[in-house]
Parts: sequence; structure tokens; C-alpha cells
Amino acid sequence: MKLESEHRGDILVIRAMNDRIDAAGAIQFKERMRDIIEEPSARVVLDMSNVLFLDSSGLGAVVAVMKALGPIRRLELSGLTPTVEKVLRLTRMDSVFIIHKALPEGLRNAG
Amino acid sequence: MRADGSAAAARPGARSRRKALPLVRTLDGTPPAISAGLQEMFGCDLLARLTEDSRGTVEILLAEVLNNVVEHAYARYSGQIAISITPGEGYLFIRLVDDGLPMPDGEAPGGRLGTVTNIQDLPEGGFGWYLIRSLSQDLTYLRDGNQNVLSFCVGVDYVA
Repeated sequence: MKLESEHRGDILVIRAMNDRIDAAGAIQFKERMRDIIEEPSARVVLDMSNVLFLDSSGLGAVVAVMKALGPIRRLELSGLTPTVEKVLRLTRMDSVFIIHKALPEGLRNAG
Repeated sequence: MRADGSAAAARPGARSRRKALPLVRTLDGTPPAISAGLQEMFGCDLLARLTEDSRGTVEILLAEVLNNVVEHAYARYSGQIAISITPGEGYLFIRLVDDGLPMPDGEAPGGRLGTVTNIQDLPEGGFGWYLIRSLSQDLTYLRDGNQNVLSFCVGVDYVA
């Protein structure tokens, strides 16, 4: 499970590089994300534009990461592909995360 | 087993005349084998012709039912999972057979989403059966000797 992160202003941008977050990689995703979000930042944006498939284990891991962020920072998601969007919509998790169509302006193509 | 896919794709018009054959696979009941197996199956003629929306629906369904077998049926010992996907008119009929433990109470779970307002109380699991129930039709589960047999239909569209 490859994740790349960088600070852009007050935002910690984490880019998921794998095309799937599924049962085979969910635990590793959760652990790596927990390490990365220990870095202080005002906001955390997970760029999922490479992720073509997310199953319920992957969704559970993303939820766990949001909970690990605590009450102040909320996990923001960006670049949802159609199947990922469908899983979030069906489980109504689309109302729980802050969702951006693409990375916030000025952050696109960064890094 | 299947020498069909590429030949049919090379001949325009062959698809519509040829009755598509069921896709049959046996996977090891481990998360990596299922992840790899799904990717291989979606490259096959039958599933590669689905629209993006249908493909997503079928992949979510297959991933959830297969992962449930690994997590629950094969919780105490491991084994294999046989999958068959038979195309119908506007739907796929999917059947899974495993040698694992039976489902609790002999029934497939209903799958419900709770109402949660506090982020810290959000569930990190339990989405699987909700997704399966939402996306499938005519789901049946039966225990046949030492095997679990799960079958269901899913409506699909093909790329024109």
C-alpha cells in the first residue's frame, strides 16, 4: 500500500497510489495513514483519484482513519472514482466525509 | 478452459450470436487471492463488456460475498471458494460454494445501517451485508452437507 504525503500550506495532502483499497490492503492502509497523520496540520485531504476500487474493509479503514484524527481535524476526500463514490453513497458515508471533486484549487498537480 | 475471449473480440458481431459461457473460478480463501482473482475475472470477456456502472456493482458484490467467506466461514480453518457467474438477459446469476462454517442461525444476515450522529461512534465494519442486500436480488443461502451455497442475481448493462 503506497501513500505519498506532502504539506501544502496548512493542508496535509495524502495521495493513495494503489488502484485498490480492499480487504488485502486495508490494515496496512490504516496503519500507514495513522503514521502519516501524526504530523500536525490544520486539514487532512486524502486524494483518492488513483483508487478505482474500495470494498467495505477499505471503507472501514478510511472511517478508522477519520476517527483517529480526533474531533478537530476531519478527513477530507478528493477525486472519488465512480465505484468508490458508489460505495460511499450506498453506505451513506458520503454525508460523513467532506468530499471534494478534485484537490482544492491551487493544490492540483502539486508534487 | 477458456480459449474464447480474445477470438470473439477480434471478430465484430461474433459476440451477439455466441451465447456467452459461464465464468467459473476457484479461489483460495485469502484476501490477496481474492483481490488478485477479482482483477483477473474482470479482464475476462463476460465482465469486461459490462458498463462502468455495472462493473462497479458486480465487483462490489463479489468482493463483499468473497470477503465474508474468508472472514467468517473460513475463520477457523482455510479452504477454497468456487465461483460461477452465468449471464442471463440483463442480469448475471452468481453462485458461490465454500467448505467453511455455516452462517449463524442458518441464514444470510439482513444487513442494516445504523443511524450515527457522532463521528467517534461510526462503525468500521458491518457495511458488507448492507451493500450485498442493496445491490443483489433473489439472494438465497443454503447449507448443503458441509458446504455453504450462496446465490443471487444482479442486474447489469453491457457496453453497446
